[in-house]
Amino acid sequence: MGMKKKHFERRHLVEGFVKFLMYVAFVIVAGTLGLILWTVISRGFPSLTWNMVSQVPKGGYYMGKEGGILNAIIGSAYLATGGTLLAILLSLPIALYLKAYLGDSKWGEYVRLSLDVLWGIPSIVYGAFGFALMIMLGMRASLLAAIIVLALVELPIMTRAMDEVIRRMPADLEHAALALGSTKFEVALRVVTRQMLPGIVTAILLAFGRGIGDAASVLFTAGYTDRIPTSLMRPTASLPLAVFFQLGSPYAEVRERGYAAALILTIVVLVVSFGARGLSARLSKYAVK
Amino acid sequence: MDAHIQVRDLNAFYGKLQALKEVNIEIPKNQITVIMGPSGCGKTTLLKTFNRFLELTENTRLTGEVLVDGQNIYDREVDVTEVRKVVGLLAQRPSPLPMSIYDNVAYGMHIHKMKKDRKEYKAAVRHYLEIAGLWEEVHQRMHDPATSLSIGQQQRLCLARGLAVEPEIILGDEPTSALDPISSQNIEARLLDLKKQYTTIIVTHTLRQTKRLADYVIYM
Repeated sequence: MGMKKKHFERRHLVEGFVKFLMYVAFVIVAGTLGLILWTVISRGFPSLTWNMVSQVPKGGYYMGKEGGILNAIIGSAYLATGGTLLAILLSLPIALYLKAYLGDSKWGEYVRLSLDVLWGIPSIVYGAFGFALMIMLGMRASLLAAIIVLALVELPIMTRAMDEVIRRMPADLEHAALALGSTKFEVALRVVTRQMLPGIVTAILLAFGRGIGDAASVLFTAGYTDRIPTSLMRPTASLPLAVFFQLGSPYAEVRERGYAAALILTIVVLVVSFGARGLSARLSKYAVK
Repeated sequence: MDAHIQVRDLNAFYGKLQALKEVNIEIPKNQITVIMGPSGCGKTTLLKTFNRFLELTENTRLTGEVLVDGQNIYDREVDVTEVRKVVGLLAQRPSPLPMSIYDNVAYGMHIHKMKKDRKEYKAAVRHYLEIAGLWEEVHQRMHDPATSLSIGQQQRLCLARGLAVEPEIILGDEPTSALDPISSQNIEARLLDLKKQYTTIIVTHTLRQTKRLADYVIYM
Protein backbone atom coordinates (compact mmCIF):
# COMPACT_ATOMS: atom_id res chain seq x y z
CA MET A 1 0.00 0.00 0.00
CA GLY A 2 1.09 3.49 -0.77
CA MET A 3 -0.12 4.96 2.48
CA LYS A 4 2.44 6.91 4.43
CA LYS A 5 3.03 5.96 8.00
CA LYS A 6 1.70 8.45 10.45
CA HIS A 7 4.47 10.75 11.39
CA PHE A 8 4.81 14.12 12.94
CA GLU A 9 3.72 16.91 10.64
CA ARG A 10 2.91 20.56 11.01
CA ARG A 11 -0.79 20.04 10.32
CA HIS A 12 -1.04 17.51 13.13
CA LEU A 13 0.54 20.03 15.44
CA VAL A 14 -2.01 22.65 14.34
CA GLU A 15 -4.88 20.25 14.90
CA GLY A 16 -3.62 19.39 18.36
CA PHE A 17 -3.25 23.05 19.22
CA VAL A 18 -6.75 23.95 18.04
CA LYS A 19 -8.20 21.05 20.04
CA PHE A 20 -6.33 22.29 23.08
CA LEU A 21 -7.78 25.79 22.60
CA MET A 22 -11.29 24.34 22.45
CA TYR A 23 -10.74 22.48 25.72
CA VAL A 24 -9.43 25.66 27.33
CA ALA A 25 -12.47 27.61 26.13
CA PHE A 26 -14.78 24.95 27.51
CA VAL A 27 -13.00 24.85 30.87
CA ILE A 28 -13.18 28.64 31.16
CA VAL A 29 -16.91 28.73 30.40
CA ALA A 30 -17.88 25.77 32.55
CA GLY A 31 -15.50 26.86 35.31
CA THR A 32 -16.97 30.36 35.41
CA LEU A 33 -20.50 29.05 35.64
CA GLY A 34 -19.42 26.65 38.38
CA LEU A 35 -17.67 29.41 40.32
CA ILE A 36 -20.67 31.72 40.11
CA LEU A 37 -22.99 29.00 41.34
CA TRP A 38 -20.55 28.01 44.06
CA THR A 39 -20.16 31.59 45.34
CA VAL A 40 -23.88 32.21 45.38
CA ILE A 41 -24.72 28.89 47.02
CA SER A 42 -21.94 28.79 49.58
CA ARG A 43 -22.49 32.36 50.74
CA GLY A 44 -26.24 32.61 50.23
CA PHE A 45 -27.48 29.26 51.46
CA PRO A 46 -26.61 29.73 55.17
CA SER A 47 -28.73 32.89 55.44
CA LEU A 48 -31.57 31.61 53.28
CA THR A 49 -34.52 31.21 55.61
CA TRP A 50 -38.23 30.69 55.19
CA ASN A 51 -38.82 34.18 56.54
CA MET A 52 -36.79 35.60 53.69
CA VAL A 53 -39.14 34.34 51.02
CA SER A 54 -42.37 34.70 52.97
CA GLN A 55 -42.16 38.16 54.57
CA VAL A 56 -41.72 41.73 53.48
CA PRO A 57 -38.98 43.77 55.20
CA LYS A 58 -39.89 44.87 58.70
CA GLY A 59 -38.58 47.94 60.46
CA GLY A 60 -34.81 47.75 60.73
CA TYR A 61 -34.51 44.97 58.13
CA TYR A 62 -31.68 46.76 56.43
CA MET A 63 -29.81 46.88 59.71
CA GLY A 64 -30.06 43.14 60.19
CA LYS A 65 -33.44 42.81 61.89
CA GLU A 66 -36.53 40.76 61.05
CA GLY A 67 -38.23 40.42 57.69
CA GLY A 68 -37.67 39.12 54.17
CA ILE A 69 -37.69 40.08 50.53
CA LEU A 70 -41.11 38.87 49.45
CA ASN A 71 -41.69 42.40 48.12
CA ALA A 72 -38.78 41.96 45.69
CA ILE A 73 -39.78 38.42 44.67
CA ILE A 74 -43.36 39.44 43.89
CA GLY A 75 -42.16 42.69 42.33
CA SER A 76 -39.77 40.87 39.99
CA ALA A 77 -42.47 38.36 39.07
CA TYR A 78 -44.81 41.24 38.16
CA LEU A 79 -42.10 43.12 36.29
CA ALA A 80 -40.79 40.21 34.25
CA THR A 81 -44.25 38.81 33.50
CA GLY A 82 -45.61 42.20 32.49
CA GLY A 83 -42.56 43.09 30.43
CA THR A 84 -42.59 39.70 28.71
CA LEU A 85 -46.31 39.85 27.87
CA LEU A 86 -45.93 43.35 26.47
CA ALA A 87 -42.87 42.27 24.48
CA ILE A 88 -44.78 39.29 23.03
CA LEU A 89 -47.47 41.65 21.74
CA LEU A 90 -44.82 43.47 19.72
CA SER A 91 -42.32 40.71 18.95
CA LEU A 92 -44.63 38.11 17.48
CA PRO A 93 -46.16 40.44 14.87
CA ILE A 94 -42.72 41.82 14.00
CA ALA A 95 -41.29 38.33 13.59
CA LEU A 96 -44.25 37.20 11.49
CA TYR A 97 -44.06 40.35 9.37
CA LEU A 98 -40.35 39.76 8.84
CA LYS A 99 -41.04 36.23 7.66
CA ALA A 100 -44.11 36.91 5.56
CA TYR A 101 -43.27 40.20 3.89
CA LEU A 102 -39.63 41.17 4.29
CA GLY A 103 -38.00 37.75 4.17
CA ASP A 104 -34.34 37.92 3.22
CA SER A 105 -34.77 41.20 1.35
CA LYS A 106 -32.58 44.27 1.96
CA TRP A 107 -35.20 45.78 4.27
CA GLY A 108 -35.47 42.53 6.18
CA GLU A 109 -31.73 42.58 6.76
CA TYR A 110 -31.88 46.23 7.93
CA VAL A 111 -34.57 45.35 10.46
CA ARG A 112 -32.52 42.39 11.70
CA LEU A 113 -29.41 44.53 11.97
CA SER A 114 -31.31 47.16 13.97
CA LEU A 115 -32.63 44.50 16.33
CA ASP A 116 -29.14 43.09 16.80
CA VAL A 117 -27.83 46.56 17.63
CA LEU A 118 -30.67 47.07 20.11
CA TRP A 119 -29.83 43.70 21.64
CA GLY A 120 -26.30 44.90 22.25
CA ILE A 121 -27.22 48.16 23.96
CA PRO A 122 -26.53 47.99 27.72
CA SER A 123 -29.70 47.98 29.75
CA ILE A 124 -28.64 51.03 31.79
CA VAL A 125 -29.11 52.97 28.56
CA TYR A 126 -32.65 51.66 28.31
CA GLY A 127 -33.12 52.66 31.92
CA ALA A 128 -31.85 56.18 31.27
CA PHE A 129 -34.01 56.43 28.17
CA GLY A 130 -37.05 55.29 30.14
CA PHE A 131 -36.23 57.76 32.89
CA ALA A 132 -35.96 60.65 30.45
CA LEU A 133 -39.26 59.63 28.90
CA MET A 134 -40.92 59.42 32.33
CA ILE A 135 -39.80 62.94 33.19
CA MET A 136 -41.14 64.21 29.88
CA LEU A 137 -44.49 62.57 30.54
CA GLY A 138 -44.51 63.61 34.18
CA MET A 139 -44.62 60.01 35.37
CA ARG A 140 -43.19 58.76 38.65
CA ALA A 141 -41.17 55.59 39.10
CA SER A 142 -43.77 52.85 38.88
CA LEU A 143 -44.46 49.25 38.01
CA LEU A 144 -45.94 50.36 34.68
CA ALA A 145 -42.94 52.46 33.67
CA ALA A 146 -40.55 49.64 34.50
CA ILE A 147 -42.68 47.10 32.64
CA ILE A 148 -42.54 49.28 29.52
CA VAL A 149 -38.76 49.66 29.74
CA LEU A 150 -38.28 45.94 30.40
CA ALA A 151 -40.44 45.17 27.37
CA LEU A 152 -38.08 47.32 25.31
CA VAL A 153 -35.08 45.45 26.73
CA GLU A 154 -36.68 42.10 25.94
CA LEU A 155 -38.06 43.03 22.54
CA PRO A 156 -34.90 42.59 20.42
CA ILE A 157 -33.97 39.29 22.07
CA MET A 158 -37.43 37.86 21.70
CA THR A 159 -37.98 39.10 18.16
CA ARG A 160 -34.66 37.81 16.85
CA ALA A 161 -35.06 34.47 18.61
CA MET A 162 -38.57 34.10 17.14
CA ASP A 163 -37.35 35.26 13.74
CA GLU A 164 -34.65 32.59 13.67
CA VAL A 165 -37.26 29.98 14.58
CA ILE A 166 -39.93 31.09 12.13
CA ARG A 167 -37.41 31.41 9.30
CA ARG A 168 -36.73 27.72 9.61
CA MET A 169 -40.35 26.82 8.83
CA PRO A 170 -40.05 24.29 5.99
CA ALA A 171 -41.90 25.45 2.85
CA ASP A 172 -42.85 21.83 2.12
CA LEU A 173 -44.96 21.78 5.24
CA GLU A 174 -46.96 24.85 4.24
CA HIS A 175 -47.41 23.41 0.76
CA ALA A 176 -48.57 20.08 2.14
CA ALA A 177 -51.30 21.82 4.10
CA LEU A 178 -52.24 24.09 1.19
CA ALA A 179 -52.49 21.08 -1.12
CA LEU A 180 -55.30 19.74 1.09
CA GLY A 181 -57.28 22.91 0.51
CA SER A 182 -56.32 24.87 3.64
CA THR A 183 -56.59 28.62 3.68
CA LYS A 184 -53.42 30.50 4.60
CA PHE A 185 -54.96 31.32 7.96
CA GLU A 186 -55.61 27.64 8.67
CA VAL A 187 -52.02 26.88 7.72
CA ALA A 188 -50.75 29.55 10.13
CA LEU A 189 -53.06 28.51 12.95
CA ARG A 190 -52.98 24.74 12.71
CA VAL A 191 -49.64 23.95 11.11
CA VAL A 192 -47.12 26.78 11.54
CA THR A 193 -47.87 27.30 15.22
CA ARG A 194 -47.72 23.57 15.90
CA GLN A 195 -44.38 23.31 14.18
CA MET A 196 -42.92 26.49 15.63
CA LEU A 197 -44.49 26.65 19.09
CA PRO A 198 -41.56 25.02 20.91
CA GLY A 199 -39.14 27.54 19.45
CA ILE A 200 -41.45 30.45 20.16
CA VAL A 201 -41.86 29.33 23.77
CA THR A 202 -38.08 29.11 24.10
CA ALA A 203 -37.74 32.63 22.70
CA ILE A 204 -40.29 33.96 25.19
CA LEU A 205 -38.66 32.30 28.18
CA LEU A 206 -35.21 33.41 27.08
CA ALA A 207 -36.45 37.00 27.10
CA PHE A 208 -38.20 36.43 30.43
CA GLY A 209 -34.90 35.27 31.91
CA ARG A 210 -33.18 38.42 30.69
CA GLY A 211 -36.01 40.56 32.02
CA ILE A 212 -36.16 39.12 35.52
CA GLY A 213 -32.42 39.42 36.02
CA ASP A 214 -32.00 42.95 34.76
CA ALA A 215 -31.15 45.52 37.41
CA ALA A 216 -30.07 48.57 35.44
CA SER A 217 -33.27 49.10 33.48
CA VAL A 218 -35.46 49.07 36.60
CA LEU A 219 -33.09 51.13 38.74
CA PHE A 220 -34.64 54.50 37.84
CA THR A 221 -37.92 53.32 36.44
CA ALA A 222 -39.36 51.00 39.11
CA GLY A 223 -37.98 52.65 42.20
CA TYR A 224 -37.86 50.51 45.31
CA THR A 225 -40.28 49.96 48.13
CA ASP A 226 -40.83 47.61 51.04
CA ARG A 227 -44.45 47.08 50.06
CA ILE A 228 -45.85 44.68 47.55
CA PRO A 229 -47.25 46.84 44.74
CA THR A 230 -51.03 47.05 44.59
CA SER A 231 -51.31 49.11 41.44
CA LEU A 232 -49.46 49.68 38.18
CA MET A 233 -48.82 53.28 39.22
CA ARG A 234 -46.99 52.35 42.41
CA PRO A 235 -43.24 51.80 42.61
CA THR A 236 -42.05 48.25 43.13
CA ALA A 237 -39.06 46.35 44.49
CA SER A 238 -37.18 43.84 42.35
CA LEU A 239 -34.80 40.97 43.06
CA PRO A 240 -31.75 42.35 41.23
CA LEU A 241 -32.02 45.62 43.16
CA ALA A 242 -32.60 43.72 46.41
CA VAL A 243 -29.27 42.03 45.77
CA PHE A 244 -27.62 45.30 44.86
CA PHE A 245 -28.84 47.28 47.88
CA GLN A 246 -28.12 44.55 50.41
CA LEU A 247 -24.64 43.82 49.11
CA GLY A 248 -23.84 47.52 49.53
CA SER A 249 -24.78 47.43 53.20
CA PRO A 250 -22.20 48.06 55.92
CA TYR A 251 -23.84 45.30 58.04
CA ALA A 252 -22.34 41.84 57.51
CA GLU A 253 -25.61 39.93 58.01
CA VAL A 254 -27.38 42.13 55.48
CA ARG A 255 -24.63 41.41 52.95
CA GLU A 256 -25.09 37.70 53.58
CA ARG A 257 -28.79 38.14 52.93
CA GLY A 258 -27.79 39.82 49.67
CA TYR A 259 -26.18 36.56 48.63
CA ALA A 260 -29.28 34.70 49.69
CA ALA A 261 -31.33 37.04 47.48
CA ALA A 262 -28.90 36.35 44.63
CA LEU A 263 -29.40 32.64 45.24
CA ILE A 264 -33.18 33.06 45.01
CA LEU A 265 -32.79 34.98 41.75
CA THR A 266 -30.45 32.33 40.37
CA ILE A 267 -32.87 29.57 41.30
CA VAL A 268 -35.73 31.41 39.57
CA VAL A 269 -33.65 31.85 36.41
CA LEU A 270 -32.52 28.21 36.46
CA VAL A 271 -36.08 26.97 36.96
CA VAL A 272 -37.25 29.12 34.05
CA SER A 273 -34.40 27.84 31.82
CA PHE A 274 -34.99 24.20 32.61
CA GLY A 275 -38.72 24.74 32.40
CA ALA A 276 -38.22 26.21 28.94
CA ARG A 277 -36.19 23.21 27.84
CA GLY A 278 -38.68 20.73 29.23
CA LEU A 279 -41.69 22.54 27.81
CA SER A 280 -40.19 22.94 24.36
CA ALA A 281 -39.13 19.28 24.29
CA ARG A 282 -42.72 18.34 25.12
CA LEU A 283 -44.20 20.66 22.57
CA SER A 284 -41.84 19.51 19.86
CA LYS A 285 -43.02 15.90 20.05
CA TYR A 286 -44.93 16.29 16.81
CA ALA A 287 -42.68 18.83 15.12
CA VAL A 288 -41.16 17.83 11.80
CA LYS A 289 -37.39 17.92 11.93
CA MET B 1 -62.60 9.42 -24.36
CA ASP B 2 -64.25 11.14 -21.43
CA ALA B 3 -62.05 14.14 -20.62
CA HIS B 4 -61.83 15.11 -16.94
CA ILE B 5 -59.34 17.92 -17.40
CA GLN B 6 -59.05 20.06 -20.50
CA VAL B 7 -56.10 22.40 -20.94
CA ARG B 8 -56.58 25.20 -23.44
CA ASP B 9 -53.89 27.52 -24.82
CA LEU B 10 -51.94 27.35 -21.58
CA ASN B 11 -48.83 29.50 -21.22
CA ALA B 12 -46.82 29.77 -18.00
CA PHE B 13 -44.03 32.19 -17.21
CA TYR B 14 -41.44 32.46 -14.45
CA GLY B 15 -40.57 36.12 -14.71
CA LYS B 16 -39.57 36.48 -18.34
CA LEU B 17 -38.87 32.79 -18.84
CA GLN B 18 -41.66 30.94 -20.58
CA ALA B 19 -41.98 27.44 -19.12
CA LEU B 20 -45.12 26.28 -20.93
CA LYS B 21 -46.07 27.33 -24.43
CA GLU B 22 -49.51 26.86 -25.96
CA VAL B 23 -50.33 23.63 -24.18
CA ASN B 24 -53.56 21.97 -25.33
CA ILE B 25 -54.32 18.57 -23.84
CA GLU B 26 -57.15 16.50 -22.46
CA ILE B 27 -56.77 14.17 -19.52
CA PRO B 28 -59.14 11.19 -19.49
CA LYS B 29 -61.33 10.41 -16.50
CA ASN B 30 -60.44 7.53 -14.20
CA GLN B 31 -57.28 6.57 -16.03
CA ILE B 32 -53.61 7.01 -15.23
CA THR B 33 -51.91 9.61 -17.38
CA VAL B 34 -48.14 9.81 -17.13
CA ILE B 35 -46.21 12.95 -18.04
CA MET B 36 -42.68 12.28 -19.25
CA GLY B 37 -39.89 14.35 -20.67
CA PRO B 38 -36.36 15.57 -20.10
CA SER B 39 -35.42 17.63 -17.04
CA GLY B 40 -36.51 21.24 -17.20
CA CYS B 41 -39.13 20.74 -19.91
CA GLY B 42 -41.98 21.91 -17.69
CA LYS B 43 -43.51 18.63 -16.46
CA THR B 44 -43.79 19.76 -12.88
CA THR B 45 -44.91 23.22 -13.98
CA LEU B 46 -47.75 21.67 -15.96
CA LEU B 47 -48.72 19.53 -12.96
CA LYS B 48 -48.69 22.60 -10.72
CA THR B 49 -51.18 24.38 -12.96
CA PHE B 50 -53.75 21.66 -12.19
CA ASN B 51 -54.05 22.49 -8.48
CA ARG B 52 -53.08 26.16 -8.77
CA PHE B 53 -49.78 25.55 -7.01
CA LEU B 54 -47.88 27.61 -9.54
CA GLU B 55 -49.12 30.80 -7.90
CA LEU B 56 -47.25 29.87 -4.70
CA THR B 57 -44.03 30.67 -6.53
CA GLU B 58 -43.31 34.36 -6.83
CA ASN B 59 -43.23 36.08 -10.20
CA THR B 60 -45.24 33.50 -12.07
CA ARG B 61 -47.83 34.34 -14.67
CA LEU B 62 -50.33 32.20 -16.48
CA THR B 63 -52.58 32.59 -19.48
CA GLY B 64 -55.12 30.16 -20.90
CA GLU B 65 -57.56 27.82 -19.23
CA VAL B 66 -57.57 24.65 -17.20
CA LEU B 67 -61.05 23.13 -17.10
CA VAL B 68 -61.99 20.50 -14.56
CA ASP B 69 -65.37 19.01 -15.43
CA GLY B 70 -65.86 21.96 -17.73
CA GLN B 71 -65.17 24.59 -15.04
CA ASN B 72 -62.13 26.83 -15.51
CA ILE B 73 -60.25 26.62 -12.20
CA TYR B 74 -58.67 30.02 -12.86
CA ASP B 75 -62.04 31.78 -12.99
CA ARG B 76 -62.31 34.64 -10.56
CA GLU B 77 -65.24 33.20 -8.65
CA VAL B 78 -63.54 29.85 -8.12
CA ASP B 79 -62.28 29.28 -4.57
CA VAL B 80 -58.70 28.03 -4.67
CA THR B 81 -59.21 25.86 -1.59
CA GLU B 82 -62.06 24.09 -3.40
CA VAL B 83 -59.78 23.43 -6.37
CA ARG B 84 -57.19 21.89 -4.11
CA LYS B 85 -59.81 19.80 -2.35
CA VAL B 86 -60.89 18.30 -5.67
CA VAL B 87 -57.33 17.99 -7.02
CA GLY B 88 -55.11 16.19 -4.50
CA LEU B 89 -51.32 16.13 -4.60
CA LEU B 90 -48.81 13.45 -3.73
CA ALA B 91 -45.50 15.28 -3.50
CA GLN B 92 -42.02 14.11 -4.38
CA ARG B 93 -41.00 13.72 -0.77
CA PRO B 94 -43.56 12.84 1.88
CA SER B 95 -44.23 15.83 4.04
CA PRO B 96 -46.20 14.80 7.13
CA LEU B 97 -47.84 17.58 9.11
CA PRO B 98 -46.46 18.27 12.60
CA MET B 99 -49.09 16.18 14.36
CA SER B 100 -49.99 12.59 15.13
CA ILE B 101 -50.65 9.90 12.54
CA TYR B 102 -54.37 10.13 13.28
CA ASP B 103 -54.46 13.93 13.04
CA ASN B 104 -52.59 13.88 9.74
CA VAL B 105 -55.43 11.96 8.14
CA ALA B 106 -58.15 13.82 10.03
CA TYR B 107 -56.70 17.29 9.32
CA GLY B 108 -58.18 17.76 5.85
CA MET B 109 -61.57 16.41 6.87
CA HIS B 110 -61.56 18.78 9.84
CA ILE B 111 -60.81 21.93 7.88
CA HIS B 112 -63.51 21.09 5.35
CA LYS B 113 -65.87 20.01 8.16
CA MET B 114 -66.67 16.83 6.32
CA LYS B 115 -67.86 14.67 9.21
CA LYS B 116 -70.34 15.13 12.02
CA ASP B 117 -68.73 13.67 15.12
CA ARG B 118 -65.64 11.93 16.50
CA LYS B 119 -66.98 8.51 15.66
CA GLU B 120 -67.35 9.39 12.01
CA TYR B 121 -63.87 10.90 11.91
CA LYS B 122 -62.40 7.82 13.51
CA ALA B 123 -64.10 5.52 11.05
CA ALA B 124 -63.00 7.67 8.11
CA VAL B 125 -59.39 7.79 9.30
CA ARG B 126 -59.37 4.01 9.50
CA HIS B 127 -60.99 3.69 6.09
CA TYR B 128 -58.41 5.83 4.32
CA LEU B 129 -55.47 4.27 6.14
CA GLU B 130 -56.76 0.90 4.95
CA ILE B 131 -57.01 2.14 1.38
CA ALA B 132 -53.43 3.41 1.60
CA GLY B 133 -52.37 0.01 2.95
CA LEU B 134 -51.06 1.47 6.19
CA TRP B 135 -53.72 0.56 8.76
CA GLU B 136 -52.18 -2.76 9.80
CA GLU B 137 -48.84 -1.10 10.48
CA VAL B 138 -50.08 1.89 12.44
CA HIS B 139 -53.40 1.10 14.13
CA GLN B 140 -51.76 0.56 17.50
CA ARG B 141 -49.79 3.80 17.40
CA MET B 142 -52.26 6.30 15.99
CA HIS B 143 -51.14 9.03 18.38
CA ASP B 144 -47.43 8.76 17.67
CA PRO B 145 -45.89 11.60 15.70
CA ALA B 146 -46.20 11.06 11.96
CA THR B 147 -42.46 11.65 11.67
CA SER B 148 -41.83 8.43 13.59
CA LEU B 149 -42.86 6.49 10.48
CA SER B 150 -40.40 5.39 7.79
CA ILE B 151 -40.25 7.43 4.59
CA GLY B 152 -42.21 4.79 2.71
CA GLN B 153 -44.90 4.71 5.38
CA GLN B 154 -44.98 8.50 5.43
CA GLN B 155 -45.70 8.57 1.71
CA ARG B 156 -48.62 6.16 2.17
CA LEU B 157 -49.80 8.36 5.05
CA CYS B 158 -49.70 11.34 2.69
CA LEU B 159 -51.75 9.32 0.22
CA ALA B 160 -54.33 8.51 2.91
CA ARG B 161 -54.36 12.15 4.00
CA GLY B 162 -54.92 13.30 0.43
CA LEU B 163 -57.70 10.78 -0.24
CA ALA B 164 -59.47 11.69 2.99
CA VAL B 165 -60.65 15.03 1.59
CA GLU B 166 -62.38 13.06 -1.21
CA PRO B 167 -60.62 14.43 -4.28
CA GLU B 168 -61.54 13.38 -7.80
CA ILE B 169 -58.08 13.84 -9.22
CA ILE B 170 -54.71 12.72 -7.83
CA LEU B 171 -51.54 14.44 -8.95
CA GLY B 172 -48.23 12.70 -8.33
CA ASP B 173 -45.00 14.63 -8.73
CA GLU B 174 -42.47 11.81 -8.98
CA PRO B 175 -44.18 10.30 -5.95
CA THR B 176 -41.80 7.37 -5.62
CA SER B 177 -38.48 9.02 -6.38
CA ALA B 178 -37.53 9.39 -2.71
CA LEU B 179 -38.60 5.87 -1.78
CA ASP B 180 -36.87 2.50 -1.65
CA PRO B 181 -37.92 -0.12 -4.27
CA ILE B 182 -40.39 -1.95 -2.02
CA SER B 183 -42.09 1.25 -0.86
CA SER B 184 -42.25 2.41 -4.47
CA GLN B 185 -43.90 -0.83 -5.49
CA ASN B 186 -46.37 -0.35 -2.68
CA ILE B 187 -47.33 3.16 -3.83
CA GLU B 188 -47.60 2.00 -7.45
CA ALA B 189 -49.90 -0.83 -6.40
CA ARG B 190 -52.12 1.66 -4.55
CA LEU B 191 -52.31 3.94 -7.55
CA LEU B 192 -53.34 1.03 -9.78
CA ASP B 193 -55.99 -0.01 -7.23
CA LEU B 194 -57.37 3.51 -7.12
CA LYS B 195 -57.49 4.33 -10.79
CA LYS B 196 -61.07 3.21 -11.28
CA GLN B 197 -62.25 5.90 -8.89
CA TYR B 198 -59.75 8.66 -9.49
CA THR B 199 -58.24 10.46 -12.42
CA THR B 200 -54.51 10.13 -11.84
CA ILE B 201 -51.72 12.20 -13.34
CA ILE B 202 -48.14 11.24 -12.58
CA VAL B 203 -44.88 12.94 -13.45
CA THR B 204 -42.05 10.44 -13.60
CA HIS B 205 -38.54 10.01 -14.90
CA THR B 206 -38.60 6.23 -15.01
CA LEU B 207 -39.60 4.54 -18.21
CA ARG B 208 -40.34 1.29 -16.39
CA GLN B 209 -42.73 3.02 -14.06
CA THR B 210 -44.49 4.55 -17.05
CA LYS B 211 -44.88 1.10 -18.58
CA ARG B 212 -46.29 -0.31 -15.38
CA LEU B 213 -48.73 2.50 -14.66
CA ALA B 214 -49.69 4.45 -17.73
CA ASP B 215 -52.90 4.24 -19.68
CA TYR B 216 -51.92 7.41 -21.48
CA VAL B 217 -48.58 9.16 -21.82
CA ILE B 218 -47.92 12.83 -22.39
CA TYR B 219 -44.43 13.34 -23.72
CA MET B 220 -43.14 16.86 -23.39
